[in-house]
Amino acid sequence: MTTTASQTAGPYWHIIDHPEWADLRRGENAAMAGTSITLTGQITDGDGTPCGDAMVEIWQAGPDGAYEAGFHGFGRCASDDQGRFRFTTLKPGPVPGPGNSLQAPHITLAVFARGLMNHVTTRAYFAAEPLNEADPILALVPEARRPTMLARETAPGVWTLDIRLQGADETVFLDI
Amino acid sequence: MTEFPRPAPGTWPPMNSPAYGSTRKRHALHPPIAIPHTLSETSAPRFTPSAYPAYADMSVHEGQAAMGERIIVGGRVLDEDGRPVRGAMLEIWQANAAGRYHHMRDQHDAPLDPHFAGSARVFSDDEGHWQITTIKPGAYPWGNHAKAWRPVHIHFGLHGQGFAQRMITQMYFPGDPLLPLDPVFMATPDAAARERLIAKFDLDYAVENWALGYRFDIVLRGRNATPMEDHK
Repeated sequence: MTTTASQTAGPYWHIIDHPEWADLRRGENAAMAGTSITLTGQITDGDGTPCGDAMVEIWQAGPDGAYEAGFHGFGRCASDDQGRFRFTTLKPGPVPGPGNSLQAPHITLAVFARGLMNHVTTRAYFAAEPLNEADPILALVPEARRPTMLARETAPGVWTLDIRLQGADETVFLDI
Repeated sequence: MTEFPRPAPGTWPPMNSPAYGSTRKRHALHPPIAIPHTLSETSAPRFTPSAYPAYADMSVHEGQAAMGERIIVGGRVLDEDGRPVRGAMLEIWQANAAGRYHHMRDQHDAPLDPHFAGSARVFSDDEGHWQITTIKPGAYPWGNHAKAWRPVHIHFGLHGQGFAQRMITQMYFPGDPLLPLDPVFMATPDAAARERLIAKFDLDYAVENWALGYRFDIVLRGRNATPMEDHK
């Protein structure tokens, strides 16, 4: 069988929005120990115009580096009029990679929007994290473009990763 | 081992689809970088029914029936080997019978229906089956080009067994004259792939003296996504 074709989420996906999903410390996650962080950024198009209708989803491991083993690692956030998204979560731990490798802490981001026939996927790594040097996925990205996947700590605990859909400093998107 | 092959060429719409104006400034100019699938791609969120309650009936809102033609839409979620994907979460949203979304930014001059909110959330069962009750949505103008109206459609978002299976699609209705004019629908090059986005009129889903039925089967990326030992 052949996979069903992707179609754009369009501009009215907010009908299924639940703003509280942008806070991954809610519910059962509230009891989890870890480092609280904010992951934020601005989404812009090829003209530098903010994308105010995007749906951003994140998927991440818990502080222990495990997926869905105590920490529910899914979140969703609507971009605002300035194209900004903002998640509050716990910093993920390193995750096992291919073979015996270890992946540096990272958060997978998927962006859906009007004009995106399929969602685009990237990862937010944490700048200055020593494990980044040996990360098997970052190693596949040309060095000059890696900064587009490195969130910067712009205030204590606030990590910023802007997403450029097109053009200069275009974000590295991953074919997963 | 779970595997999520990339879609076959031509079966998905290209990110750069100029006839759909919004793609022009939003498609990446660099090709995406293919990565081996790690736990980050092969694992998926667990959507527990307690935290993500199902609600399958869009045809009634706050105890009152919505205006329009009540229909039942159902189908199966399958992988590329035709095996059921169980426990997939489907998020579904649509315009009302007049072609208006219950959405602040939708300014189409068509009436809102106070008894239609326009979203549902359901989970596939062990055989991959899911079903909703809703109102047949209306077409609406969208300004992409002169006299551009979207064909009647329902949005479907799917969360499967790996984040690599995450996808959003649209279901269309058979016989809609707007389909060959729609840049979103027509962007998929492969005619058979487009055809699979069109629901089948299916009396098996109909309920006597109550609602007609449509079937929409959805195939997610993946082979052997359900481990053999899980099969009963």
